[in-house]
Amino acid sequence: MTASAIPGKKVKAKKNSQFLEVLKRLSKSKTATIGLIIIVIEIILAILAPLIIPYDPNAIDILGKLTGPSAQHWFGTDELGRDIFSRILYGSRYSLSIGIFGTLITTIIGTFIGAIVGYYGGTFDNIFMRILDVVQAMPPILFTIVIATALGSGFQNTLLALAVSGIPGAVRLVRGSVLGIRKMEYLESAESINCPKMRTIFVHVLPNAISPSIVAASMNVASLILTAAGLSFIGLGVQAPTPEWGAMLSASRNYIRDYPYMVLFPGLAIAVTVLALNLLGDGLRDAMDPKLKD
Amino acid sequence: MSNNQAFLSIKDLVVEYTSDGQIVQAVNGVSFDLQKGRTIGLVGETGAGKTTIAKTIMRILPDRAAHIRGGQVLLDGKDLLTTSEEEMRKVRGDKISMVFQDPMTALNPTMRVGDQIAEVIIHHNDISQAESEKRAGQMLEMVGIPAGRYREYPHQFSGGMKQRVVIAMALACTPDILLADEPTTALDVTIQAQVLDMINDLKQKNNTSMILITHDLGVVAQVCDDVAVIYAGQIVERGSKEQVFDHPHHPYTIGLFGAIPSMNVDEEYLHPIDGLPPDPSNLPKGCPFNPRCPYATDACRKGAIGEVQTPDGHWCRCVNLDQVKEGAIKS
Amino acid sequence: MSTVIEVKNLFKYFPVPAGMLHAVDDVTFTIEEGKTLGVVGESGCGKSTLGRTIVHLLESTKGQIFLEGKDITHVKGKELAAAREQMQIMFQDPYSSLDPRKTLEQTIIEPLLVSKRFKKAEMYEKAQELMELVGIDQRLAKAYPHELDGGRRQRVGFARALALDPKFIVCDEPVSALDVSIQAQVLNLLRKLQKEKGLTYMFITHDMSVVRHISDDILVMYLGQMVEKCPSKDLFKKPMHPYTRALLSAIPSVDIHNPIKREILKGELTSPINPAPGCRFAARCKYATDKCRQPQTLTEVEPNHFVSCCRVNELN
Repeated sequence: MTASAIPGKKVKAKKNSQFLEVLKRLSKSKTATIGLIIIVIEIILAILAPLIIPYDPNAIDILGKLTGPSAQHWFGTDELGRDIFSRILYGSRYSLSIGIFGTLITTIIGTFIGAIVGYYGGTFDNIFMRILDVVQAMPPILFTIVIATALGSGFQNTLLALAVSGIPGAVRLVRGSVLGIRKMEYLESAESINCPKMRTIFVHVLPNAISPSIVAASMNVASLILTAAGLSFIGLGVQAPTPEWGAMLSASRNYIRDYPYMVLFPGLAIAVTVLALNLLGDGLRDAMDPKLKD
Repeated sequence: MSNNQAFLSIKDLVVEYTSDGQIVQAVNGVSFDLQKGRTIGLVGETGAGKTTIAKTIMRILPDRAAHIRGGQVLLDGKDLLTTSEEEMRKVRGDKISMVFQDPMTALNPTMRVGDQIAEVIIHHNDISQAESEKRAGQMLEMVGIPAGRYREYPHQFSGGMKQRVVIAMALACTPDILLADEPTTALDVTIQAQVLDMINDLKQKNNTSMILITHDLGVVAQVCDDVAVIYAGQIVERGSKEQVFDHPHHPYTIGLFGAIPSMNVDEEYLHPIDGLPPDPSNLPKGCPFNPRCPYATDACRKGAIGEVQTPDGHWCRCVNLDQVKEGAIKS
Repeated sequence: MSTVIEVKNLFKYFPVPAGMLHAVDDVTFTIEEGKTLGVVGESGCGKSTLGRTIVHLLESTKGQIFLEGKDITHVKGKELAAAREQMQIMFQDPYSSLDPRKTLEQTIIEPLLVSKRFKKAEMYEKAQELMELVGIDQRLAKAYPHELDGGRRQRVGFARALALDPKFIVCDEPVSALDVSIQAQVLNLLRKLQKEKGLTYMFITHDMSVVRHISDDILVMYLGQMVEKCPSKDLFKKPMHPYTRALLSAIPSVDIHNPIKREILKGELTSPINPAPGCRFAARCKYATDKCRQPQTLTEVEPNHFVSCCRVNELN
């Protein structure tokens, strides 16, 4: 039989990891690339923030308060004379970490539960999903308010509340794609070679079910940043003087008529980050869509 | 082929797809004629370009990905490829209609089956609603479904029944040509036999001409008058069914017949065609079959291969017919 | 010659909202070592369910399954694992039967890895041997399934099934999704390895010409019931059950000069959910009488030729 000696369809001998494949596809989309670049830059800036900020974000300078953007203070100063540029840079650490760590917790827990309930199904699945229904019936904001009231507001509790309220959605998403994969013959094939259940779930089910979750996660980071900002704005969530973007917006709202730049820069920071994340998410969705593969 | 005047004539059709920056040569210079009242079978394997030919005739290729690079589709002397979309809409259904492989997706699940047929009729004829419903009922009876089931929905029908409904819809405006793309592939053999029987009956009754696309030589044997064997977007052999089935000349056609397990002879091993069909985005030079062909010579790897007439008068795209003939006798 | 698989009065029912779906209804057969039993029937006849029940991907409702004389119907744990190493299954769909995120090598190695009986180097060596055996080029070891055509994927599925040297393989329509020229390649491979390794096959298909080619014995099923079972030659020479005859006459033959006299069946499959007792084919059978509505028994009409039809003697 000489079948394999003759090149039929394109046959690549080189090892090409799925991750690189996705990155390659992603790079074909201009908007997604821009999104990715912005996010990477923001993350680097957030990590390096303590080293590169020109001023201490909490240093009060009453004499230099409410000056507009200038060469010294690029984004101006606020009502206490704090440098807004430094505060935004430093604040990105809070906003981004709420978004990223919150999403990580949500996605990891959600994926784990989703894969297991989806794979086993039956009564187990039923009970679990009803519990999640209850959690999901509470709006995330309300849920956060409950947690904030119970445990007190602040960075960690906000993170926790937002992460937990996202879990049911993440579970549903993974469970849905696991249910689709459960019909695949390669799972029967795994069972027929005595593949242990946990190995089946983690080696065969999850890697194939995870793409929608990754896409959703990138979008989720954006929505968490927005929600966290919203919470800070209404006074729950992260508290002053922490330079979180939402808290900054909230503090500056009284000055919006006379000193609009105070609202503009934190607002812009949120808008640009969220936009970049959404562009990235859209690009990921296309890059990971198996239908686009040959 | 006979001297009857062809009323559908495909000439040098070339169709390409572009995907991911690659050019996929789906159809590479296909020509064939269809005569009134006859049925031609387009036979070939997955990816040979059969469905693309059908979609080109119907002008329903995806606009963005597919490009017709050349050729003509002449219906009564008029080129369908240059006809306006508006006129084309009249051609579809009235003159040519198509039956797809999968009856499940061809029917609207939220609409009664009878109404779906009536809709087609009313779209192409200036008649009343009541009249169209009456005609739709008759169409159902014609394909062997009691008119009493007019008000049922597709999910209440089995696969075979759905395919009958699809055929009834295609025939509702008594088209001159029926284009059937693997109409029975999704059906079980006994149901396939029923549907093929029905198609044969209807064809005779209405004197409809038909283009049947299939991968199954057995289906061709039962339904077609003429055959065109397609490989990698080219017709490698064409002629009447008797000519091609009794005296296949092209090595691919011979290989195809040889690969089917025989119903009469016991063989230890089958005779597959070695290798795989070529990648349509990277066709070999010369004859596309040359990498798999046991008779290939240098001549096969050079320029395009033209059609030559075989001794019994059908057409074959091969430069080594004499060697092939000897080889065929040997094996 | 020893019996590899014996199935005795096997039943598999599925509870569905509308009642009880009788997927496999009282099936009995044996397969000798090195032989192939072809199981034919149309979609929904229970042939795939039968195959999956035997290799314990589904639990049987009633009946017994013996592997080399040992009753494995209810084995669990280690015993089940041991039994499964002896019985493998090859799937129909070349697109869904391989994990899209695993390279061919990973897919072929997995059975060895899971069995925990091999050292790493041994496994890679064995994978190479297996790939050679089924005709897959070494340079494809790191390729992913989507880079392969259907025929090659089926070869990979076969290599994986062969990894632990099973005695018995259920081939569930392994060539139905392939083009004829490729189908012949895979069928030849199956036969070649059967001879070399003395494999025993249960070959499930709806294609009569394929089953004729590959099988020693053939079992015809209709809506979960056994309709006819006999040596392959006899079935094609002298089909006795009215359904078998209709099935054979429905095959579109490439012989254009000797058309088979067709027996076009009326109607379509009836429902296997809460079926009435008696022959399930009776609703479409032109010979059906009241007697056919009684439960039928499988009788040996001629040596080794079993038919489940109360009128078989009148009709033949």
